[in-house]
Amino acid sequence: MKKKIRMRVNGKKVGVEVPTNRLLIDCLRYDLGLTGTKEGCSVGVCGACTVLMDGEMISSCLALAVFADGHEITTVEGLAKKGELHPVQKSFIQYGGFQCGICTPGQVVAAKALLDEIPKPSEAQIKDWMMGNLCRCTGYYKIIESIQKAHQFAK
Amino acid sequence: MIPFEYRTPRSIKEVHQELKRFGTDAKLIAGGTALVIMMKQRLVRPSSLISLRMVRGLNGIAEKDGALRIGGLATHREVETSPLVRRRVPLLAETYRHVATIRVRNMATVGGGLAHADPNQDPPPTLMVLGATVKASSAGGSRVIPLEEFFTDYYETVLKPDEIITELFVPRLPPNSGGAFVKFLPRTADDYATVSAAAVVTLDQARKVFTDVRIALGSVGTTPIRAREAEAALRGQRVKSEGLREAAEKVKQAVDPVSDFRGSAAYKKEMAAVFVRRALEMALDDLSQKSKAGRDSKAPRRRKK
Repeated sequence: MKKKIRMRVNGKKVGVEVPTNRLLIDCLRYDLGLTGTKEGCSVGVCGACTVLMDGEMISSCLALAVFADGHEITTVEGLAKKGELHPVQKSFIQYGGFQCGICTPGQVVAAKALLDEIPKPSEAQIKDWMMGNLCRCTGYYKIIESIQKAHQFAK
Repeated sequence: MIPFEYRTPRSIKEVHQELKRFGTDAKLIAGGTALVIMMKQRLVRPSSLISLRMVRGLNGIAEKDGALRIGGLATHREVETSPLVRRRVPLLAETYRHVATIRVRNMATVGGGLAHADPNQDPPPTLMVLGATVKASSAGGSRVIPLEEFFTDYYETVLKPDEIITELFVPRLPPNSGGAFVKFLPRTADDYATVSAAAVVTLDQARKVFTDVRIALGSVGTTPIRAREAEAALRGQRVKSEGLREAAEKVKQAVDPVSDFRGSAAYKKEMAAVFVRRALEMALDDLSQKSKAGRDSKAPRRRKK
């Protein structure tokens, strides 16, 4: 049982035929080759698979690919514009917001959604927003600092 | 996940037609946060999914006859952030804010959450003490069901296989009332509660006597539970802290928790009494803060005159 879906992924129109039981994360990774998005817990808890649907963050491991039909998806690959990294990516590099890197695509995408809503978030706002993105390396201090200072890289 | 047929009806009428066509092997899906996990784990294996995502008329939050009318497809995040909900029934926005993480709240729908009927969920105790009702629609017509009578067992409700939740109605608090929801989270902030408690208290004009009290708990039985004996112990009584403690003790008889990784049954029973007392105290605080805010907001208006 297959279904043809049309969506916009990182600004580009995409048409793809998927089995109805395809998850969005598998569609992104295996059908479209966008392997930046990672699968961690597979039950919507860890945040590694965070992508944006119409600007709002969701767990791509819990969404069926058919949910994206007619919608706009943003993955970590879509943050850089014309070869230039997004301010939040620059800030993660500058302030050491990652160690092993497996949670980083989800962290960066979630942080982008936060900064779109609140350009200069407080530490409490960052902690509240990023609560669902787990990191086993950094102890979160560097992630919080990176997000707090991301506005420095905005033009 | 096993393969399945995926249907995308555009109207409630079409949903009913699909339900008739695919029968009890079909499952309705909206946000998918609960159902997709259950399908991944092969706890449910529907032969077809009928998506409510494209159905018109199930969205939105509005005010109708003094109550909030929340469409079944409204997300948890929409309830949490709606200026109307925050103004009219702040307790409801606050309760939905406690569900999981923003990512899940962006997907999970109000109707889907209620139909899922996991007794560990946050919204049901609050909705019960607020006197909320749901509207369910079938090909034969629709009916309004008090939340109080909605849940029957683990993941079981009074909904019939051909019924869908179209709306949730939440009345405003009566005058001289305060409300609170409190969630005991010994593990992580996005977890299900070990015990949760919601309370609404209504006092007389002089604010000395309880004229009405409503208490409900989550995570301590096969359904959310209304604590009627504890309520009765307070109704008509003067507001005193010993009274709150004694009433809260009575919830231990009403609850029937199971031991799991969030705590032993005995511990949850103890905590049920503790958190009901706290919910009652917070509901009284909510009322006294509101009356303070009410006095403050009147002051500038008087000056304008």
